[in-house]
Amino acid sequence: MSVAVEVHDVTVAYHRKPVLWDIDTSLPERRLIAIVGPNGAGKSTLLKAILGLVPLASGEITVLGRTISQARRLIGYVPQRESVDWDFPVDALDVVLMGRYGKLGWIRRPGRSDRAAAMKCLEQVGMSDFSHRQISQLSGGQQQRVFLARALAQDAQLYFMDEPFAGVDAATETAIVEVLRALQRDGRTVVAVHHDLQSVPEYFDHVVLLNMRLVAAGPVSSTFTSANLQKTYGGRLTLLEEAAEAIGRGGSARR
Amino acid sequence: MNEAWFTIGDYEVRNDDLWIVGTAICCAVSCAILGCFLVLRRMSLLGDAISHAILPGLAAAFMLTGSREPMAMLGGALVVGVVTAFLSTALHRWGRVPEDAAMGVVFTSLFAIGVVLITWVARDVDLDPGCVLYGLIEFTPFDTASIAGFEIPRSFAWLFAILVINATLVWIFFKELKIVSFDPALATTIGISAVLVHYGLMTAVAATAVASFEAVGSILVIAMLVAPGATAQLLSDRLSRMIWIAAALAAFSAVLGYALAVWINTSVAGMIASLSLGIFAVTVFAAPRHGLIAREVRRLSLAIRIAQEDALSLLYRRHERAAGAAASAPPLTKHAILEATRAGLIGRVALRRLRRLGLVDATPPGSISVTPRGLEAAAPLIRGHRLWESFLARDLNLPLDHLHEPAHRAEHFLSEEIRERLQAERPEASDPHGRPIPPPSPRS
Amino acid sequence: MFDELLRLLTLQDANTRTVLLGATALGIASAVVGSFAVLRRRALVGDAVSHAALPGLCLAYLVIGDRNFAAFLAGALVMGVGAAAFIALVKAWTRVKEDAAIALVIGGFFGLGIVLSRSIQNEPSGNRAGLDGFIFGKAASMVASDAALIGAIGAGVIACVALLFKEFRVLCFDRDFASSQGWPSLLLDLLLMTLVCVCTVAGLPAVGVVLMVSLLVIPPAAARFWTNRLGTMVCLAGAFGGAAGALGTGLSATLPAPASALTRGWPTGPLITLVAAAIFVISLLAAPKRGVAADLVRRWTLRRRVARQNLLRRVYEALEPRGDFAAVWTQESIPHSSRALRSALRAGLVERTETGFRLSATGRAAAARVVRAHRLWEIYLITQAQIAPDHVDRDADQIEHVLPPETLATLEAKLAEEGRLPAGVPRSPHRIGAPVEAGALRP
Repeated sequence: MSVAVEVHDVTVAYHRKPVLWDIDTSLPERRLIAIVGPNGAGKSTLLKAILGLVPLASGEITVLGRTISQARRLIGYVPQRESVDWDFPVDALDVVLMGRYGKLGWIRRPGRSDRAAAMKCLEQVGMSDFSHRQISQLSGGQQQRVFLARALAQDAQLYFMDEPFAGVDAATETAIVEVLRALQRDGRTVVAVHHDLQSVPEYFDHVVLLNMRLVAAGPVSSTFTSANLQKTYGGRLTLLEEAAEAIGRGGSARR
Repeated sequence: MNEAWFTIGDYEVRNDDLWIVGTAICCAVSCAILGCFLVLRRMSLLGDAISHAILPGLAAAFMLTGSREPMAMLGGALVVGVVTAFLSTALHRWGRVPEDAAMGVVFTSLFAIGVVLITWVARDVDLDPGCVLYGLIEFTPFDTASIAGFEIPRSFAWLFAILVINATLVWIFFKELKIVSFDPALATTIGISAVLVHYGLMTAVAATAVASFEAVGSILVIAMLVAPGATAQLLSDRLSRMIWIAAALAAFSAVLGYALAVWINTSVAGMIASLSLGIFAVTVFAAPRHGLIAREVRRLSLAIRIAQEDALSLLYRRHERAAGAAASAPPLTKHAILEATRAGLIGRVALRRLRRLGLVDATPPGSISVTPRGLEAAAPLIRGHRLWESFLARDLNLPLDHLHEPAHRAEHFLSEEIRERLQAERPEASDPHGRPIPPPSPRS
Repeated sequence: MFDELLRLLTLQDANTRTVLLGATALGIASAVVGSFAVLRRRALVGDAVSHAALPGLCLAYLVIGDRNFAAFLAGALVMGVGAAAFIALVKAWTRVKEDAAIALVIGGFFGLGIVLSRSIQNEPSGNRAGLDGFIFGKAASMVASDAALIGAIGAGVIACVALLFKEFRVLCFDRDFASSQGWPSLLLDLLLMTLVCVCTVAGLPAVGVVLMVSLLVIPPAAARFWTNRLGTMVCLAGAFGGAAGALGTGLSATLPAPASALTRGWPTGPLITLVAAAIFVISLLAAPKRGVAADLVRRWTLRRRVARQNLLRRVYEALEPRGDFAAVWTQESIPHSSRALRSALRAGLVERTETGFRLSATGRAAAARVVRAHRLWEIYLITQAQIAPDHVDRDADQIEHVLPPETLATLEAKLAEEGRLPAGVPRSPHRIGAPVEAGALRP
């Protein structure tokens, strides 16, 4: 089993204050992987660290055996839905076309073949009837599906999704799950931040339990146990938080 | 009437100078008091928009009354000022125009109307477009009114009144302003209307901008509104002190700005505005706690402390290993220590400080060994390091070969309180590698 | 006067032709770059940049010692970029927020500019500097070579945006996604700000430091009302900006000089801004897509439709116990608003008889459709959302009028799947309020 993402001793800090402590894990290829943990556990931060969107305080990450900047063409990304302005003047097809930009490179415009590919991706998420709707006129679930289609248009080996199921309707949830399964059948890997514990065993086959530090990681069957969940969600690690505070202050409270 | 009071160098300070400086101080301070809240509530740009947009109100009042009747001008400008705040919000909410763009559309359009009106009606020097840009504070003493038997410049009288009103309002509603600035949602739940405070503040800003218009025009006033507040924000963490500092800075730039302007023969208002920007720029670097220099110094001293502690714990570990072998550790060369702690100049400074503190011994020169006091000082560090390793191993399930690096980074920041709690949770005598955890030092 | 304006705008006058073309090109370029600045929420940085350009102009004069157009623009550009950097650094390094930093630059740098320009004018040779023209803009004082330079800058900026259209689009919409795809977001952001600076500086001779931002902000904001596509918006903004530049410049040259002897002729800046503002107001009111008037019309038609549908449903439910939907009724037997009735009469849903009113054939079909949608939604709410039956009526009432057909189809499919989809109009899941006495209905 080859490795999609290798996270080696990674610490991430905002203004010196660590929010992720010494994460050390590897994510297998051709799996649907869930990153699970309570609010403020650093799930999105881990995703952004892997994508190179936040700097690492220590450690290193390789994606598909290379650095992230060498792997850009091989990855797709679905950000949180709230992270963009949905009143932006583009329609659904425009958004999906953005997925093709990376392969086009500088200056070249998307052409007919890109449009056809983007339409196919919209179809795959059941949104082909909405290709020319302005994005603010789509429901939350439909917006999420457009984001998913954009990632599909990236035609990546490895997908990162930040809470793809957050606030979507049942139809969208089914559509997303189907897309995830299809991706896996094609031999792709999906890493998703997920917040609904109930559906983890149903949707995913590998899980990363996170709460400021790595609690456990592995196949769902052996890792997604009540003991591990207890460790992830129960008992706050006040010592870890206090040490983070102390480091954030530059150790001025020492002695 | 215009007698000289005293001289500075060759310059005779006359009555007129004092009136101008007084007017400038009143203007700058009344702006600064309100400006603190604009800065804190992130409404600086709304203040900018209002100070631009009052222009058509002034011009219209001037056209209607045919004179510079102060109450009419105040009324006209207040109406337009409040309309600006309202229109920007309305465009944002109902026209779905981004907030900053909405403001940009409203205030530039109103300002353009104002300039056109003024260009249209301007017949006398009182209201020419130049006045819009840099005010007429230099002419303050020539336009006086008789108040209680005294000949007082009208501009001064107005600005003094505004200063008193602003100060009183802020004093009376300090609590409300504070809570609305800090947490509007909380303010609403305890029955303080954030909207009311918002529009009240905007009205006060509009009134202040109107009163300041004659002295400093309608563009420079934005510097007087925002600069002292922003500077004070870098100098203080408390609202009440921030307001005092802003007021003091405003008065200071008014006095110094006037002096400089007279000295190089240029616009007084422009000089006050550029001076307040200059003071801000200097403060960005030199503020004692939040300044860039202070921050850099803190970063450097932290780096030195870490290098010191790294060197000490390195020596401690050598000593410990040698003690196990029942022989005293041979001293390390300075070079070897710098190599191991990977610190260049900072490492040298750290070593010198360690020597001065008597924690290491540098005889013979070039070789370094730890003193008994050094061992004592290193013990808490080693203790923190090893307790943290235990914590990482037990609670974070990190494997043995992943413990040292993170503990090495964290050891400098673990207070004795955290160390004690680590110990209380894991009452063990050795770390995961089997090395002893030093007991708490008796002094701490 | 209008003849003269027409003559100017049709470029028959050789002297003003270049100036007018330059102002137009500049208007287009500013609006095109401004579109992205507005969407990236950087609109007012342009204001700071233009105010900061004033000391740059003065310093250029002090260094060169004479009026040199290219040097002026270079000086303005240096200070403008410096101001943008100042804002970015204050935001990144201190606790002072971006809005305060922008306001500081606007006031402070402008003050510095005033200090310098006043001390230049107080010198004997200072009046030749022509710095006043840069404050409110004076297109008339531009010579042909100046205008050509401005036009060339405008064309360059437009070309730059056209080439990097795709990159700017993804940057402005979703910066994180752009970074994850490998676009150098920081570099693109800097490039965008540089283009804003270049446009701002090039616009100073025509529009002036005080109002330059209006050309960056107003045309894009106006264009946004007309379209939901970025490409169209940028083109439209360019057209608006070009029109504002040309018309404003033309007006300043043709309007009779104002009474004041102090100002020689009209300043161009305020006139350009006012033309742009007029375009904005027209767009705000009249644009069919997002305009306020269109919005009001939409809301009004919806309200009428809701009233009509409510009337149909009330009549249908009142007649339902008798099973005769073609029965005649009056305003007394079935209370309703006369406005809704008038609207239904006009739409041919209701017919007038000698004794009262009656649903027409189309009205009966429409009523059945409305009632069916209402009850399907009620059934859905009760079975799926577990809402108490005595509450569903009100909830369904708010939703049914705005349900798009595709949602209704999904709803039907879902109920059919569970075997709950009734044929025709289902029975109401709750007691219908205020049942109409059978005797109250006239045959």
